Amino acid sequence: MSSNSNLTSMRRIVEQLKFEANVERIKVSQAAAELQQYCLQNASKDALLVGVPTGSNPFRDPRSCALL
Amino acid sequence: MGEMDQMKKEAEGLKSQIEAARKAAADTTLADAASGVAPAPRVQLKTRKTLKGHLAKIYAMHWATDCRLDHAMLMVSASQDGKLIIWDAFSGNKINAVPLKSSWVMTCAYAPSGNLVASGGLDNMCTVYNLKTPVVKTVKELDAHTGYLSCARFLSDTEILTASGDTTCALWDIETGKQKTVFLNHVGDCMCLALSPDMNMFISGACDSLAKLWDIRDGTCKQTFQGHTSDINAISFFPSGNAVVTGSDDCTCKMYDLRSDQEVISYQDAQLNSGVTSLALSVSGRLIFAGYDDFNCNIWDSLKGEKVGVLSGHDNRVSCTGVPQDGMCVCTGSWDSFLKIWN
Repeated sequence: MSSNSNLTSMRRIVEQLKFEANVERIKVSQAAAELQQYCLQNASKDALLVGVPTGSNPFRDPRSCALL
Repeated sequence: MGEMDQMKKEAEGLKSQIEAARKAAADTTLADAASGVAPAPRVQLKTRKTLKGHLAKIYAMHWATDCRLDHAMLMVSASQDGKLIIWDAFSGNKINAVPLKSSWVMTCAYAPSGNLVASGGLDNMCTVYNLKTPVVKTVKELDAHTGYLSCARFLSDTEILTASGDTTCALWDIETGKQKTVFLNHVGDCMCLALSPDMNMFISGACDSLAKLWDIRDGTCKQTFQGHTSDINAISFFPSGNAVVTGSDDCTCKMYDLRSDQEVISYQDAQLNSGVTSLALSVSGRLIFAGYDDFNCNIWDSLKGEKVGVLSGHDNRVSCTGVPQDGMCVCTGSWDSFLKIWN
């Protein structure tokens, strides 16, 4: 019956909210520092950020040659 | 009626409690914390390859995990021309074309092993195909969702996660064709999902404007992230696994940090009034490639929230984006029927 299912839904919502309220939260300053650190530590491996040297770009036409 | 009102009051109380706890943890914003970091350089990428072959709108693409095999770089794309195409991005050649029973496809996925691909859409099913048999064969039709299939991601050759317009996500056993776990909590169509780097969790985005973090094994919703004011169409983990980036019809992208349980930055621009359809992060997490309805893919500095570039070249909506595991390039797919590889 519709009012019973509404009650069940509501109970589930409350249970879920209780669960989520108990999550441990760290400060945004700490989270931000770690996000920043990850970006900086991995920057040199990020070809889209630092660029791909022309000679070693697998997508460039073989005709653009590098002098060895 | 008494219990209902009581519970509504309890729910409101809990929401306020969560709000207050988040505020207490918000001692800064990501942009402020990153003010000492040098801005990302202007990113100017060129189209290196245009993959031509689909005859209608492209809705999805996915890079193979170990995509650089035998000097090929593999990816799968899905189009409403009723085909999945497996491409070698280096040569631009089509390796395979898989005809779909239903042309109303919305998603495609490559298994980490490279053996299987999957597709699904308005047929409400997720169909899994074996690429390694002499002729591509259908392995299983996963049929239990009561709404469209918006996204699918393989955990392995035996398990796959799906997101559906029926508001649920599900974990399937491919061999038996049955759902092992159903993830229930969203109140709007689920539009996208992303696996955590350690594969223990996944995140979903839905039309209820919420992103939810789930434990794959116990089936529970661990955290809920709010802030968007419209459908979340795209979602991805930050590579460390500690944050999640979302893209929405509200024209913004947002980053939510999992451990501080809140939004830490929003990527938006007063002049941008097109919805975000897709997004992908570069390997360091510094760059966010977001596809929009306005035919462009904007590039954002994830730490500072500033736009650092744009990929222009498509003649219609950018519907999908993807960065391969080695981060060597970014692929955009569009309603103009083409895929472009940029670096």
